Amino acid sequence: MIALLLRDLKLAMRAGGGFGLGLSFFLIVSVLVPFGVGPENALLARIAPGILWIGALLACLLSLDRIFALDWEDGSLDLLACAPLPLEAVAAIKALGHWITTGLPLTLAAPILGLLLQLPASGYLWLVLSLLIGTPALSVIGTFGAALTVGIKRGGLLLSLLVLPLYVPTLIFGAEVARRGAEGLSLGAPLLLLAGISLGVLAVLPFVSALVLRMNLR
Amino acid sequence: MASIWEYANPVKFMRLSGQVLPWVSGGAAVALVIGLFWGFFLTPDDFRQGSTVKIIYLHVPAALMAINAWFMMLVASLIWLIRRHHVSALAAKAAAPVGAVMTLIALITGAFWGQPMWGTWWAWDPRLTSFLILFLFYLGYIALWAAIEDADTAADLTSVLCLVGSVFAVLSRYAVNFWNQGLHQGASLSLDKEENVANVFYLPLLVCIGGFILLFLALVLLRTRTEIRQRRTRALIRRENMA
Repeated sequence: MIALLLRDLKLAMRAGGGFGLGLSFFLIVSVLVPFGVGPENALLARIAPGILWIGALLACLLSLDRIFALDWEDGSLDLLACAPLPLEAVAAIKALGHWITTGLPLTLAAPILGLLLQLPASGYLWLVLSLLIGTPALSVIGTFGAALTVGIKRGGLLLSLLVLPLYVPTLIFGAEVARRGAEGLSLGAPLLLLAGISLGVLAVLPFVSALVLRMNLR
Repeated sequence: MASIWEYANPVKFMRLSGQVLPWVSGGAAVALVIGLFWGFFLTPDDFRQGSTVKIIYLHVPAALMAINAWFMMLVASLIWLIRRHHVSALAAKAAAPVGAVMTLIALITGAFWGQPMWGTWWAWDPRLTSFLILFLFYLGYIALWAAIEDADTAADLTSVLCLVGSVFAVLSRYAVNFWNQGLHQGASLSLDKEENVANVFYLPLLVCIGGFILLFLALVLLRTRTEIRQRRTRALIRRENMA
């Protein structure tokens, strides 16, 4: 399991692995938003949590089709399916690898971009916390979407169409935590619901992803 | 001993659906004509909403069928995953575009009603928003069917997507409720229409709902029959090519 994780991480770090891509995309989205809505600090401060969450979500989406597509093309997915490691574990490890290479860096970069977007001082802790809790859910749901579309050539666009509606609850609760944190409101309920979604998809979806992979490999 | 599973046999399904289809479509036409005519011309205008109230004869049945179509797809997908009856998978495939159009009708008629009544075509009200999300789910489901070449794999994958999508659609419904309460002071715009409807409007509305149910059935039967025929044709062509 650890070998597989390390292999995935190495592949992601190497040139063309797309490690920095998501992060750069996140940066560019956050820079473009003020151009779109105008430079007033008050407005930016109000929408900053939502923008950062949407930016993180889109950046996550960008690297989803790499999760299984390359392994599918060169046949290593077939080997993984035959390996003693259960396919469910492979799906979970793949999701973990995706999170370490995109979700975690996004979470760490978010406060800096928050600075650019005039996020109020009280919001940083909750922004980071909500991303820390929410991005694993994005990776796990995305892994399911990637498993669904692995057999389809040029499946990237379809993948977005399938995965984005599934992201709605996570986005709502995550952005709500960040927003309430920035405005200094009580945020226990959305935080718990966000954690509930993350834990729930973490427990169930790797099994569904493995099921879907088997259907595709048949 | 006639069990419902007998109609998993395509030949039997074709025979039965061929016999039933004219009656269902005829019933749908009659109910819709009566219901809409009654609703549009024989009921009084509402004293506050004027004649705009009459859009409920399209809006409410369409919204009802939009949700029930997804539910039917869910049941059909389960049957396919558990018992692997091809007719079931094809019925789910056939229902998706119909359900998507029902969702669209509900959204568009809602916008037409909302413009004079709420003063806006669209509000980010929980109900409206969750219907928009439902529409996105329909689009994803249809796109996945269209993208996969192998028929059985496509049926498998779309079934799983339908199951997972159902869970997330319900989740989104409640999440959206939560989100809007967070933004506004309660949803003062949303009318709970069923409870506010007076008797004059109620009966034609029931007829219209019946008409929409029959219409949905007729369309799904028709589309399922088309899918079965298409599959037969494809099998024939393949056999021709091999010979």
